[in-house]
Amino acid sequence: MSTRLATHGRLLNKDRAIRFTFNGKQLKGFEGDTLASALLANDQMLVGRSFKYHRPRGIVAAGVEEPNALVNLGVEGHFEPNQRATTTELFEGLLATSQNHWPSLEFDVGAINAKLSRFMPAGFYYKMFIHPRPLWKHVYEPFIRQAAGLGQAPKGRDFDSYEHFYPFCDVLVIGGGIAGLHAAKAAAQSGAKVIVLEQTAHWGGRAPVDGGEVDGKPVDNVVDELIAELSEMENVTLRARTMGAGVYDHGYVLGYERLTDHQPDADGPRHRLWRIRAGQVVTATGAIERPLSFAGNDIPGVMLASAVRDYVVNYGVCAGDRTVVVTNNDDAYRTAIVLKNAGLTVPVILDARSLSEDSALVAEAKAAGIRVMMGHGVSKVLGGKRVTGVAICAQAGEGAVLEEVACDAVAMSGGWSPVVHLWSHCGGKLIWDNNFAMFRPDVDKAPKGADGAPFVSPAGAANGHFGLMELLGDAHAMGQGAAKAAGFEPKRASAPEGSCVDQAPMAPVWLMPQGASVALRSKSWLDYQNDVKVSDVQLAAQEGFESVEHAKRYTTLGMATDQGKMSNINGLAILSDALNQPIPQTGTTTFRPPYTPISMGAIGGEARGDVFQPIRRTPMHDWHDANGADWEPVGQWRRPYAFVRSGERVHDAVMREVRNTREHLGLLDASTLGKIIVKGPDAGKFLDMLYTNVMSTLKPGKCRYGLMCSENGFLVDDGVVARIDEDTFLCHTTTGGAESIHAHMEEWLQTEWWEWKVYVANVTEQYAQIAVVGPNARKALETLGGMDVSKEALGFMEWADGSLGGFDVRVYRISFSGELSYEIAVRASEGQAFWDALMAAGEDLGVMPYGTEALHILRAEKGFIMIGDETDGTVIPQDLGLHWALSKKKEDYLGKRAHTRTHMSDPERWQLVGLETLDGSVLPDGAYAVAAGTNANGQKNVQGRVTSSYHSPNLDKGIAMGLVLHGPDRMGEVIDFPGTDGKTYQAKIVSAVFYDPEGEKQNV
Amino acid sequence: MLILTCPCCGQTGEETEFHAGGEAHLKRFGPGSSDDDFQGYLFMRENPKGVHFERWRHVYGCGKWFHAARCTMTLEIFGTYPAQTLEPPKDLCDKISGKRPGWSWRTFS
Repeated sequence: MSTRLATHGRLLNKDRAIRFTFNGKQLKGFEGDTLASALLANDQMLVGRSFKYHRPRGIVAAGVEEPNALVNLGVEGHFEPNQRATTTELFEGLLATSQNHWPSLEFDVGAINAKLSRFMPAGFYYKMFIHPRPLWKHVYEPFIRQAAGLGQAPKGRDFDSYEHFYPFCDVLVIGGGIAGLHAAKAAAQSGAKVIVLEQTAHWGGRAPVDGGEVDGKPVDNVVDELIAELSEMENVTLRARTMGAGVYDHGYVLGYERLTDHQPDADGPRHRLWRIRAGQVVTATGAIERPLSFAGNDIPGVMLASAVRDYVVNYGVCAGDRTVVVTNNDDAYRTAIVLKNAGLTVPVILDARSLSEDSALVAEAKAAGIRVMMGHGVSKVLGGKRVTGVAICAQAGEGAVLEEVACDAVAMSGGWSPVVHLWSHCGGKLIWDNNFAMFRPDVDKAPKGADGAPFVSPAGAANGHFGLMELLGDAHAMGQGAAKAAGFEPKRASAPEGSCVDQAPMAPVWLMPQGASVALRSKSWLDYQNDVKVSDVQLAAQEGFESVEHAKRYTTLGMATDQGKMSNINGLAILSDALNQPIPQTGTTTFRPPYTPISMGAIGGEARGDVFQPIRRTPMHDWHDANGADWEPVGQWRRPYAFVRSGERVHDAVMREVRNTREHLGLLDASTLGKIIVKGPDAGKFLDMLYTNVMSTLKPGKCRYGLMCSENGFLVDDGVVARIDEDTFLCHTTTGGAESIHAHMEEWLQTEWWEWKVYVANVTEQYAQIAVVGPNARKALETLGGMDVSKEALGFMEWADGSLGGFDVRVYRISFSGELSYEIAVRASEGQAFWDALMAAGEDLGVMPYGTEALHILRAEKGFIMIGDETDGTVIPQDLGLHWALSKKKEDYLGKRAHTRTHMSDPERWQLVGLETLDGSVLPDGAYAVAAGTNANGQKNVQGRVTSSYHSPNLDKGIAMGLVLHGPDRMGEVIDFPGTDGKTYQAKIVSAVFYDPEGEKQNV
Repeated sequence: MLILTCPCCGQTGEETEFHAGGEAHLKRFGPGSSDDDFQGYLFMRENPKGVHFERWRHVYGCGKWFHAARCTMTLEIFGTYPAQTLEPPKDLCDKISGKRPGWSWRTFS
């Protein structure tokens, strides 16, 4: 059984016990524990169930590479699934539950999948759930959805806060192990600004566990001294609990700092995302041990040899009383020696190699009295929910059992792989190292920065250097090199001297035993989290998935949340073997950020709630809010959809506003409409290119409605242009178009017609604009007094500057409703006062504010198009019957050439018409009109669609506009619109102008 | 995230400050042009592995459009220059030749 030792535990404070809960059980650990070490101390070997077969799974690793020990943490707004127990620091009251089992961890019904595993090989879901098609939607998909996913998604709001941080530095060192710290020191001594990130809470990495000496001092002390020294330097920032998550173009790096995960009661944000701009990046990210592929290598109690060692040295926890060590390299002997020195039993070391003479570590183990069997391995591990023993076989054979040894833990080591993720994120290339059977960074093919020079250098174990001596030499050189590349002069200093232990070469072992039978191979796990076995990868190769990227997706190898940190190389090796090609030829899959999962909260940072997106408010916003505005988002603006009175439904308010505007007087806040000044000697010429009709002939004092097309010919915006003087035009755009049309103008002026003398300025927010609409509009303005607004003084489509009620105003006599209408602009600062004055002046004239929905109905009754309703980026002016607005005189304008393309001039294009239901009901917006016959997919043919649809209170029936095949030639014809409600709506094709077709009401 | 220097205001900033605008040095074809020319202008674009010329706008800065010569493989920025030109400046072309001998892009080399 796993238990706490009386000795050891360098990271623990044994004076402070900490209580926590796992699956409802009250357990005890110490300050300094991780959740994983505390669970092991409480003999909780079984921590989860595997994804596909629901196999019992235990802790395998001691760090970020852990694939099995994923737990749900916390409750309610602090709940988070898939948290790795190995990187979760223990705190008082921690609440964890295991995942992926029903009804309980100990007894899981889903484990039946394991019995069926013979029938669920790689690609099972693809092969099984394809046919017959009708079963997919109602049977297969619900079944798979229920089975998929490890943890549960959190519900409700996250109670925690998060923030972003934007640091800059000359040299960023990722990894606070012995190599990272030395690289940082070498860089910092040049005066460069250095940031060092360490993902764990502790500095020094593996060195304090593995031991050794630097310049004659124990490595433990050296780490402390280095931290003290670097902390003193003003140009150095050290951050623990901060992971380098990703390296991106031109020295952009994401760091992920976990501030309060280990102290949830502390104030401040939980996570902080560091958005770092670094001149140079040193990846001192260390290495990760690989498992060995033997049958039963996933049974709880089988762990990485380095993890077994970590738990003893760092946390004073042993995985078992009797631990069998199985290895293909010298490093695992350190584990055996540590266990032996802690008073535990190591019945045997199974070494797959055959060494001609003992290396130092082998000799040390033998001298400690440990039995070593060279050339042997594990045939299979015995046990179910925990290890009970191993069956030993010759590595060279097919797994015939020579001997069974009782044990309760297995420490395995298949060699080490440098952590090359961050090196690779931005294009760093890898080379295969035959001596260590691993991919390491190809330092000649580093990621390149803006200047084309390399900006990432790997250091230490991450660069494939494992002995202290060469590791420190490499780190020192890389730190100096990075400082130099960042423009600093490194101090003349020699690298520290690390102690040296001669090691025998490792031997690549990808399968144990070498000739393992199918039965053994189908119990030899590669990817623990996604349940991928040796036999699955071999099957994938056999079925033709020869590319590593295809095999990965087919088997899901390395696609779990651990991204295959442990399984990657073993999987590649098995695939290469099956394809009978060397590993470098198979290559690796792509490493993508983040290195380990980071929280969505950290990515969002402060951008949530009210500050997620800034809201634009018109000067009258607060008045609207206080007067019943039912808000509608329009771009970043909020506009009142309707002003709802107490006891009124929104729909009733809209109907009231429409009727009142037609009968009396309505006020609309039109401040959001875009207002762009176009000024200069060539302004007219420029607008003639932008609008489809002629603007240069417009006289000062007059207004003209215009259309804008893209160079593709599609209608992008419309609005009224007023000529202010000979050189100056004011272009109104749609609310959503103000910024994009302004940018569109700038683009053409700067990149095509740069010699034209024109300036443009977006003055949308400089003015408050109010539409005064209805038969009483003129009376209201006359009540305010100050300028002549009579028909004679200010005719339709004219504008004038003047004064109303003491306000400086610019009055445009334009109408988007078909009523007598003035749009009046005042300084933004006077918007509210002018609105108040209009409300007061209109009091006896039946004034009411109206919102955007009333605006829509008023314009639809008149058949006026709305950009975004009648247009969707595929509609041209000709589709909308706007031929009159397309100049034939002008030689050129944006979109003119495109309109002559065959598809644009096709008479089969759907055309705008009005639509009226036979029963007066409202057509569903967006509904399609069906035609006879079906298309190639067996769907009904279509002949049109609804673009706008409303109930008109003035006509007391549903009115709609739509685009219909040959529409204008089919007046009076009735066509069918099936709704999503199952009903079919019958509508008659009519003119789109439903109200006052003669235009008598606006022309008074 | 790329780092770019705006040739108009001289500021160096990261990509979030700029807006990419597609291929540079397109020749506009208007009314009267052939279908092939117009289609080429609207839709046909270079997709090189290596030297590329593209448009950017310093949208959250001075607002000016400019051109950048960039390697699509290594993301190296060879240089930027104002958009008011029909061809890349000669000194920039020479600089690219120094780094990528024998390069060509459309009619430029």
